[in-house]
Amino acid sequence: MLDFLKNTLARAWLGCALLLIATLSVAGESGGRYQIGTPATSAEVAKWNISVYSTGRNLPAGSGTVLAGEKIYANQCQSCHGESGKGGLGDALVGGVGSLASAKPLRTVGSFWPNAPTIFDYIRRAMPMSAPLSLTNDEVYAVTGYVLYLNKLLERDTIVDAQVLANIQMPNREGFVLDDR
Amino acid sequence: MSNNKKNKASRRTFLQKAAAGATGLISGAALSQANVSSDSQVLGTDPFKSMKVPGTPVGSNLYGVPSKYERAAVRHLRPADKQYLSSSSRTPLQELDGIITPNGLFYERHHNGIPTIDPAEHKLMLHGLVERALVFTLDDLRRFPSESKIYFLECSGNPDYKVFGKTAAEANGLVSCAEWTGVKLKTVLQEAGVKSSAKWIIAEGADGAGLNRSIPIEKCLDDALLVYSQNGERLRPEQGYPLRLFLPGFEGNMSVKWLRRLEVSDIALHSREETSKYTDLYPDGKAREFSFVMEAKSIITRPSGQQKLAQKGFHEISGIAWSGRGKIARVEVSVDDGRTWSVAQLQSPVLDKALTRFRLPWTWDGSSAVILSRAIDETGYVQPSLEDLVKTRGVNSVYHNNAITKWKISENGEVTNARLS
Repeated sequence: MLDFLKNTLARAWLGCALLLIATLSVAGESGGRYQIGTPATSAEVAKWNISVYSTGRNLPAGSGTVLAGEKIYANQCQSCHGESGKGGLGDALVGGVGSLASAKPLRTVGSFWPNAPTIFDYIRRAMPMSAPLSLTNDEVYAVTGYVLYLNKLLERDTIVDAQVLANIQMPNREGFVLDDR
Repeated sequence: MSNNKKNKASRRTFLQKAAAGATGLISGAALSQANVSSDSQVLGTDPFKSMKVPGTPVGSNLYGVPSKYERAAVRHLRPADKQYLSSSSRTPLQELDGIITPNGLFYERHHNGIPTIDPAEHKLMLHGLVERALVFTLDDLRRFPSESKIYFLECSGNPDYKVFGKTAAEANGLVSCAEWTGVKLKTVLQEAGVKSSAKWIIAEGADGAGLNRSIPIEKCLDDALLVYSQNGERLRPEQGYPLRLFLPGFEGNMSVKWLRRLEVSDIALHSREETSKYTDLYPDGKAREFSFVMEAKSIITRPSGQQKLAQKGFHEISGIAWSGRGKIARVEVSVDDGRTWSVAQLQSPVLDKALTRFRLPWTWDGSSAVILSRAIDETGYVQPSLEDLVKTRGVNSVYHNNAITKWKISENGEVTNARLS
């Protein structure tokens, strides 16, 4: 009698366990979803997303002049990057063109960076170091333009916008190859 | 009540007997005197010193710290960096045993300091080429099935080709190893439904550098993790609290800390951190980009630079080996500057993309010696000498230097980096 009871209980437990496993696999695998997370609208995504691709994808509206960039540079960048981008506490931003295959390569915006839109991306998200994300989009266009002007890649009277940045041919555009180790 | 008293009494008697027995082993004369002092060099001045007073009470330190005698076991900070917001500190490999790096000694590399993030406010957005863009809180992410794995993490600049550290930390301390807990990135991606055109995922940190990197979709669907805990406790702020990406075997920079956004994309960003930095400039002036994998490497941590062998005779040579391509298959050690090699013992467990501890028993005869190790991973790849590496890469490649480190042992027992002596 006792054995019969034990067996029945054991079967019942096994049944429950199998049911539980079946339930879990429905949640986890069959639908591929756990129903976790809150949907985001495209407007929310746009607010959250500040990445600019090397192609210029996702560059924002707006523009800035090289001249305005020169002033921003003097106030917010020069203390680290030096006068006219010659470097200091921060990296040099000019020079080094033709040095990459030498014993002392100098990697700068002019000599090494392959694309201009990512200069905008980096300045907007990370510069100045003491106050990242503090520049407006117009200010970032302006100061990006000034750095490119210092590298003789833009004229002094240029109005810099998404189109201008996407069209600049950087000197080291073809300087990168896929890892072949 | 009376039972308790009896138990206490008998316990006291037992302790007295035990103490008598123990002291009896040391010296019969010491038995009756509490204030024994000894001139014996073996015993020290007072062999009972720590036994005569109660210790520090339980709970004196609700988050424990190492012994005050272990103050040398701290991260190594280069003394003369231009600034310390974008800088690094190194794990004191020479002070550690085993394969797990204590959280307080895990190497650091930040690009604009360590942000302070309230986990209650932190969110991860997953969007781009997905069926539905989703935002996750930390509570959301902890609801997913979790996984714990032991993996090493290494900065790809560990070390520069022209830097020869005095200690193991200075030479190779931008590597550490921990048990990581989180949810598989694949699981979270399935929740959003990745479209077939997806090739890359852009990861972005919520730090003052907004660090952003492009990761191949294959890695994201393989062993990538969204991590919230390290060695059993929540991530340290230095390691990305409250959420980081973890890409086993890939260069550390890609395991984006303080993770706030994942964008599924058809193209890579070619961001500053994957063009201007973290690319490997070769002598022909071309730079290798997307050099993700950390190749097999090892270093002897004991004896190592700035340590000293106090006497001739037996010494265990011990160190760590790792490979971003899988498990360590073998470690070979030479005590004659690479002329002959011995196979070291590997401490189990030998884990995929984790540090592996190796050991070799050695008897030092007191003469000058150069000791070194080389790792061989399960793909058959052999850790190269610096000379061989430089032949193809030159010295301006900055990243992915996995060359052998050599330690020189002088006749007086002092250990130095052989490239500095």
